[in-house]
Amino acid sequence: MSLRASVRLRRGTLDLQLDVEVADGEVLAVLGPNGAGKSSFLRVLAGLLPPDAGHVTVDGAAWDADGVHLPAHRRALGMVFQDALLFPHLSVADNVAFGLRTRGTGRTAARRAAGDWLTRVGLEGMADRRPGELSGGQAQRAALARALVGEPALLLLDEPLSALDARTRLTVRAELRRHLADFAGSTVLVTHDPVDAMALADRVVVVEDGRVVQTGTPQEIARRPRTDYVARLVGLSLLPGTGSGTQVRLDGGGVVAVAEEARGTVFAAVRPESVTLYVARPEGSPRNVWRATIAGATPHGGTVRCDLAGEVPLVADVTATAFAELGLAVGAQVWATVKASEVAVYSR
Amino acid sequence: MSRAREGARVPAPLLVPATVGVLFLALPLVGLLIRTPWSQLVPQLTAPGVGQALRLSLVSATLATLLSLLLGVPLAWVLARSRARGRAVLRALVTVPLVLPPVVGGVALFLVLGRQGIVGSWLDDAFGITIPFTTTAVVIAETFVAMPFLVISVEGALRAADARFEEVAATLGAGRWTTFRRVTLPLVAPGIAAGAVLCWARALGEFGATITFAGNFPGTTQTMPLAVYLALQRDPDAAIVLSVLLLVVSLGTLLLLRDRWVGRAGAA
Amino acid sequence: MLVAAAALSLTACSGSPAPPGEEVEGTLTVFAAASLTDAFTELGEQLEEENPGLDVQFSFAGSSALATQITQGAPADVFASANETQMSVVTAAGLADGDPEVFTRNVLRIAVPEGNPAGVTGLDDFAREDLALAVCAPAVPCGAAAEKVFASAGVAARPDTLEEDVRAALTKVELGEVDAALVYASDVAAGGDAVEGIAFPEAERAVNDYPICVLASAPNPTAARAFVDLVLSAEGRRVLTDAGFLAP
Repeated sequence: MSLRASVRLRRGTLDLQLDVEVADGEVLAVLGPNGAGKSSFLRVLAGLLPPDAGHVTVDGAAWDADGVHLPAHRRALGMVFQDALLFPHLSVADNVAFGLRTRGTGRTAARRAAGDWLTRVGLEGMADRRPGELSGGQAQRAALARALVGEPALLLLDEPLSALDARTRLTVRAELRRHLADFAGSTVLVTHDPVDAMALADRVVVVEDGRVVQTGTPQEIARRPRTDYVARLVGLSLLPGTGSGTQVRLDGGGVVAVAEEARGTVFAAVRPESVTLYVARPEGSPRNVWRATIAGATPHGGTVRCDLAGEVPLVADVTATAFAELGLAVGAQVWATVKASEVAVYSR
Repeated sequence: MSRAREGARVPAPLLVPATVGVLFLALPLVGLLIRTPWSQLVPQLTAPGVGQALRLSLVSATLATLLSLLLGVPLAWVLARSRARGRAVLRALVTVPLVLPPVVGGVALFLVLGRQGIVGSWLDDAFGITIPFTTTAVVIAETFVAMPFLVISVEGALRAADARFEEVAATLGAGRWTTFRRVTLPLVAPGIAAGAVLCWARALGEFGATITFAGNFPGTTQTMPLAVYLALQRDPDAAIVLSVLLLVVSLGTLLLLRDRWVGRAGAA
Repeated sequence: MLVAAAALSLTACSGSPAPPGEEVEGTLTVFAAASLTDAFTELGEQLEEENPGLDVQFSFAGSSALATQITQGAPADVFASANETQMSVVTAAGLADGDPEVFTRNVLRIAVPEGNPAGVTGLDDFAREDLALAVCAPAVPCGAAAEKVFASAGVAARPDTLEEDVRAALTKVELGEVDAALVYASDVAAGGDAVEGIAFPEAERAVNDYPICVLASAPNPTAARAFVDLVLSAEGRRVLTDAGFLAP
């Protein structure tokens, strides 16, 4: 199973030219600011919007091509929207079973499958509730179950977490990550939140004004941003590890001190502007001090983004003046410090 | 529901016109009730023809509502959702029966469905069917006048409904017809119910188009409003009794429906 | 300019026969049965021509509605009713100045569409089931008259519709939707070319007399008297006959 798409679309001021490929089991994040054309791209993939030109091919079958436009309801896809959009007149179970029923599954079998999926997303016992009786997080879980129950070839996620409050977002993001890992088809996630992209995607496509400005793994994007926009957007260093008290033991070795208690498998996220570089080991006793080598340096405007190699891989933003005054260069040995309160921790 | 009750304190600037509005609508009704010759109530109601006219009114208004639902809901969908050109013209056409004096509407129906009408003459020649002066004509006249009320309410409901639900349904494998049946219709059910109630009430009170196109004959085409009008010529007291009867029956029906159907759909 | 206007009015005064006594001028309000619309409008214009200072206003409606308005205090000068019943409502209330006079009569006619496609010949055809037939409802005057002629002729009428007023019945004839309707002779005349009238002998059994009177509370009794005189004159009779009415 795989997706290959090349989409040309003009809508008002939007001029979209996007080419992507997503392999089986791969999660591609399309990251960009509002108005970049991300959602229109997703609607084209879904068949809700015919492209002006280009093609959409899934598992070798043409969904869109010259003279071909498979309508949305004939595409083997599942889609999750920002606001869950559960049908308000149907029970939660009937919502989940909806796609199976329209595709011809019998009532009993559809209901059983819906029940199984509700259990998988942690909504057992909620089958007969109305969508209005669910919390935002529960509704989004049900929407995910509704999209996945039909075992689609392509899963489309349109800002699936941005309508949730911060706390709920953390837990739903972790669950979504788990379900995406189990999902055999291709996934396209559209988001304006770099954390979602970093945490959920295998590969990221950054879109600005309808064009791809950068493609790569989340790590590549974070370390070698090619435009100022990407630099600002995706500077995060994501450090997987295991929480224990106010410490996170990193999977790649090393320990990060954090301000709040953390437990279980987590990500520690560090913003590049939170990292301070020293030529000599700094005075005092900052809790997070690591030796590192500058593996790369990319100037952007008034700052230089430094890619740090060492026990703890980080990205640091240093002002161009400081970079020069400290006599930094690629290959230089430095000390990097980060305040514990500047480290964001979330479960994965 | 409880929130609506908490928020129900009326601001003073609305209270006065609202009260005047209620009085304006209710006082003529009170006037009718005061003038009602209660002692004549039983003899008037059991007079020959009254039950017949009432039954005909209820049956024809209900049939007209069903016909309006059958034709009007799809029409409302086209007005609300289709991007076809000429929708503005279409919408103006739908409102024609609202602005047309009903008597003129009746004449217009003659010109189409009458014996000499464009369609009617063909029906007569080909099948020997004549529509004027039959109960069918009553239903057609009522539908003509009342259907716009349904179409306009349902169109409003469709416009207010979140069209994204229809897209969700499409991504779940539902074709347009399935989407319409299983998603759109249930979503706008309260609007359809409200429109149907308006439509039924308008059909029940219809006079001008009915008496013109269907004529007036007890048992076949004489509905309550026609009976009331003719009673007014001879015996105003009888007309008042018949009016009160029509009001009681229609208000009773609407209240009953509201509890059972509109109320529940509105809560969903 | 002023001089010219004064000269004109002088000529007008000296040229027309001055009515004995007071001037006929001001506003005259006439309440008249709807069937009189064409004839009275013509007579009103004549009176205005003869009396440049006069403005004649008409209120044409059903006689019963007009009688009700007069008893409720409507400021009318003249009342012309389509039947004695409604005039008696006004006289019984003491609102008539003197006794009403019958100025014209109306009888029923069979109205058929142009060319008489169904070949209707007389009152007997109203018993035919294969024809579409309109008769006025018994509650309105033309319906009462119809019942009377059917009863006297021994015809078991089978109408398809009992119309709420005579004009509605006439409209259905004009549209060709009924093969025949029983209406007044004046209505056949008003129907123009689209309608043909068939006289029948039984019509004499149900003749409507049209009475007219000056009202006791008339704001303009002089003009009211002048209008009633004109209606009762030979000229008035000519205009009414042209409109399909019969001499009293």
